[in-house]
Amino acid sequence: MRNIIAIAHKELRSYFAAPIAYIIIGFFALPFGVFFDLYVSAFVRQGLQMAQFGGAMNVNQFVIRNVLQNAAVIILFIMPMITMRTYAEEKRSGTIELLLTSPVTDVEIILGKFFGALGVYVAMLAVTLLYIGILFVYGNPEWRPLVAGYVGLLLMGGSFIALGLLISSTTNNQIVAGVVTFVVFLLLWIVGWFADSAGPTIGPITQYLSITEHFDDFSKGIIDTKHVLYYLSLITFGLFLTAKSVDSERWRG
Amino acid sequence: MIEVQHLTKRYGRVTAVDDVSFRVERGEILGFLGPNGAGKTTTMRILTGYIPATEGHATVAGYDVFTHPTDAKRRTGYLPETPPLYPDMTVREYLEFVARIKGVPANERKARIDGVMQRTRVADMAARHCGKLSKGYRQRVGLAQAILHNPDVLILDEPTAGLDPKQIIETRELIRSLAGDHTIVLSTHILPEVSQTCQRVVIINHGRVVAVDTPQNLTARLKGSETIYVQVDAPGADVATVLARVPGVMRVAPADQRHDAGAYEVESERGRDVRRDLARDVVTRGWGLLELRPMRMSLEDVFLQVTTEEPAAPAAEEAPRA
Repeated sequence: MRNIIAIAHKELRSYFAAPIAYIIIGFFALPFGVFFDLYVSAFVRQGLQMAQFGGAMNVNQFVIRNVLQNAAVIILFIMPMITMRTYAEEKRSGTIELLLTSPVTDVEIILGKFFGALGVYVAMLAVTLLYIGILFVYGNPEWRPLVAGYVGLLLMGGSFIALGLLISSTTNNQIVAGVVTFVVFLLLWIVGWFADSAGPTIGPITQYLSITEHFDDFSKGIIDTKHVLYYLSLITFGLFLTAKSVDSERWRG
Repeated sequence: MIEVQHLTKRYGRVTAVDDVSFRVERGEILGFLGPNGAGKTTTMRILTGYIPATEGHATVAGYDVFTHPTDAKRRTGYLPETPPLYPDMTVREYLEFVARIKGVPANERKARIDGVMQRTRVADMAARHCGKLSKGYRQRVGLAQAILHNPDVLILDEPTAGLDPKQIIETRELIRSLAGDHTIVLSTHILPEVSQTCQRVVIINHGRVVAVDTPQNLTARLKGSETIYVQVDAPGADVATVLARVPGVMRVAPADQRHDAGAYEVESERGRDVRRDLARDVVTRGWGLLELRPMRMSLEDVFLQVTTEEPAAPAAEEAPRA
């Protein structure tokens, strides 16, 4: 446990020392703000119209859900930037030799890196809470669905990180790692698009595989164990394969 | 302290280390000598638990590196060929991180880091980022990292590579001062380094151990007879014949390409000192004795001799750079 914290701490420090973390957070906050602005102004316009007919609109339904769903896609684009360097950089610079000859286990190293990257991701999400805070100042959204949405974002991000770690562990070139990670994430996203057209057997499978599809319920404020299990198993699977990849690298030298 | 038995490492069809066995006693400095690509780094990586061996056993500080890797690693300090530094950390931050993963207790960390920085003379760079250090400082921070947790065994892969002559001398002194408390294995392809720092030498070539001994014994053992260098000022005289008649002399050969220089290499029977007789014979003839000294085979000669002896060995992929 102490070793995991030491490595996670080191990872976090290097994200923030080289300004990658700030760039990533900036890149995330900007489009998030754009989407937020779009949905809030649309909400205000339609809300006024609805009010004339005596109806009311739900902030959670109309703003938060849509903003979080868009955030999921932005995260998909940004996550490779967080994970691509994790292993690739250590291998290129030879510092992996320090880690692997220190009295720490492979699992401790992998978990340390996982939590380090997760830390940057959490910092990224924390920035979005500022926007959500505005909704609480000027409106009265329900907080429970919001919490569900953020739990979903955390789980989804964790899955991305686990897969990104795995891909980074297979190469010593972080650009290669970044590009491959991006393509894999993209495939995992668009595979869900075929759900409607693919027919009764393949359709549900593609829908199940899609990493963003599972986030839909969270954005609506529903925490379904089915989706929680999907993400948790994806994280475990990714980290397990990373451990295997690091070990096999050792044998191949 | 270190015991290596029949270690073999194969990468596919390439055999990098072939049936290597040796022992290192507590407090000893063992030099690992060989041309580039001989298998030095591979052997060291196996000892530090970085890569597993294909066959054989290795024990470090009483722990098998394959079955008890964490226990063995806790007692090993390792300086790889390229110092494993994180460019965006300062020297102090880096050593703090290393102290944590090497299991140095929190209340001892600061004192240990300060002590090690003093010892390796990097204290003046404590606040500098590792990425901005010169090669000499990188190497020394790498060394600081290796000795930080006060390990029983130190494994140093070419610790003086890339240093300037003054730094090389300082680093050798530091390494010598570490012996005793620590058992040290260091690799190098620079021969004088071995004779100056190491108590014992393992010469490795094409993944095989070709010789294990002290530097002194190695140079002596590989020589059947003793050679003396004589330079005589006697224009026109047949010096070689006179020298050859001295009792105990086996062979006289010109030491120089130019025969008129009057320099000869005189080989004598082993254990028989013919210097007195040589000097007397030269002087009584009225010739000038300019120089008379025993010639010892340098470690360089030994090295070339043992690494080129193998008849069946394929041509080395990399020639020795020494």
